[in-house]
Amino acid sequence: MFRNLLHSLFIATLCIVGLVLAPLPGRAEGPLVLKSVNVDLPDSDRMFPGAGADAINNNCLACHSAGMVLNQPPLTKAAWQAEVNKMIHAYKAPVDPNDVTAIVDYLSRTKGAP
Amino acid sequence: MKHGNPLHHPFTRRALLGQAGIASLAMISAPAWAQAMVDLPFAGGPTARQITTAFPQKGAMILQRTRPPLLETPFEVFDKGVITPNDQFYVRWHWAVIPTEVDVDTFRLAIRGHVDKTLSLSLKDILALPRVELAAVNQCSGNSRGFFAPRVPGAQWAHGAMGNAVWAGVRLKDVLDLAGVKPGAMQVRFKGLDDPVVADGPKYMKSLAIDHARDGEVMIAYAMNGEQLPLLNGFPLRLVVPGWFATYWVKMLNDIEVLDQPDDNYWMKTAYTIPDTPYANMKPGETGVKTVPINKMPPRSLITNVKAGDTLHVGTPAPLRGIAFGGDTGVARVDLSSDGGKTWQATQLGADAGKYGFRQWQTQFTPAAAGKYVLMVRCTNADGVVQPDQPNWNTAGFVRNVIEATPVVAA
Repeated sequence: MFRNLLHSLFIATLCIVGLVLAPLPGRAEGPLVLKSVNVDLPDSDRMFPGAGADAINNNCLACHSAGMVLNQPPLTKAAWQAEVNKMIHAYKAPVDPNDVTAIVDYLSRTKGAP
Repeated sequence: MKHGNPLHHPFTRRALLGQAGIASLAMISAPAWAQAMVDLPFAGGPTARQITTAFPQKGAMILQRTRPPLLETPFEVFDKGVITPNDQFYVRWHWAVIPTEVDVDTFRLAIRGHVDKTLSLSLKDILALPRVELAAVNQCSGNSRGFFAPRVPGAQWAHGAMGNAVWAGVRLKDVLDLAGVKPGAMQVRFKGLDDPVVADGPKYMKSLAIDHARDGEVMIAYAMNGEQLPLLNGFPLRLVVPGWFATYWVKMLNDIEVLDQPDDNYWMKTAYTIPDTPYANMKPGETGVKTVPINKMPPRSLITNVKAGDTLHVGTPAPLRGIAFGGDTGVARVDLSSDGGKTWQATQLGADAGKYGFRQWQTQFTPAAAGKYVLMVRCTNADGVVQPDQPNWNTAGFVRNVIEATPVVAA
């Protein structure tokens, strides 16, 4: 929370500075000086919850955080199977072949559609 | 821990600190002090999303995915004006290996392939070229995907996977001319500094036809709204393809390759393709549909100051306003309907800041009697292309541009 507060203050300061310094959009201005950037990107510690989640937690979180999947709409088992296949074949996700059934079962059980 | 590390996940600084990680697991049942949430009204859900301020150079954003980042612009930002501020401009990455550090002195942009002279340009070299500026809408192919019926997998965006900025940079044509394009060139392929997490995963690459690349409008941008680009929007250089969907606007652009044959890489041939039909429309379950790479944007318009379910007062003029864009050309007109699309009246358009940008519209609506009303706005672009009254559907959830409906109540 403290970090968020600091961040908000930082943003507020940027906005105030921006009001004073920012050129009017669309108008020619002096040469822009680009400055090197070094940032940290937040990571997610969110895991797939509940029983039978080991396979999906072990295979799927290397490429993307869990929120991507948890935000998906309910999908049929065939649609979930197609998604898992796409990850393996199109995106070369190194999914253990023995875990594919457990991953699809978990998805269709927790986020299934008729 | 930086998120380019593919082996990492459970033990982040947040988890070690304790409460933040627990709050995110507790989700929407958490008390009010926990995290700001937003509700995206998708049929079948899930509708709850966190508002995050945890991303560098970014203010409050709707968290669609942490890694690689998918951050949506909160809708109220579009009511504040036609320029989307850099710190609330949406973010979309395909692969999680994203450099978190860019040194402006050592960065180089390569121009190679079917050219007379291979180039390696520094940022200083690029800044020395003639500068051009242009306002243009950058919209994700899947913007508004969450409203598809039936629902489709993919990033579940509401309407905030788009933004309008004044881009400044150099013409792609000027850079290609420096290298000298050889006769027989067919396409130009663009790559950025981001990489697949898995070694054999398809590197993100997009191509444009040679004539498009040399049209003098496609730009290599180094500034957005007068400032350098936020890292997550593509610092230090990003391709700007006015009027075309954002999949072509390659971020952290560092490699331009002129091809003497069509690009059949995964991201052109398989991903980001749409039915070759009016409105990119097809029926759910339909097979054998011919597809083409996604391309130009069609017109859209939205009401930004009234939400679904709002109450208006009978006999009192209610100001209505919002944004529109024409897609690959300017906005000719925006019309309002208060009866669900039966009758239409013209709205007043705001200043024209360039045909590829957002344009504000405004009008008034006075409910004559108590009851329900369905407000709609409809954009017609300068080529006479009108938003359709029926929503499109396709498996990828691309190119939504139906006339959107905002049901309200007058009391």
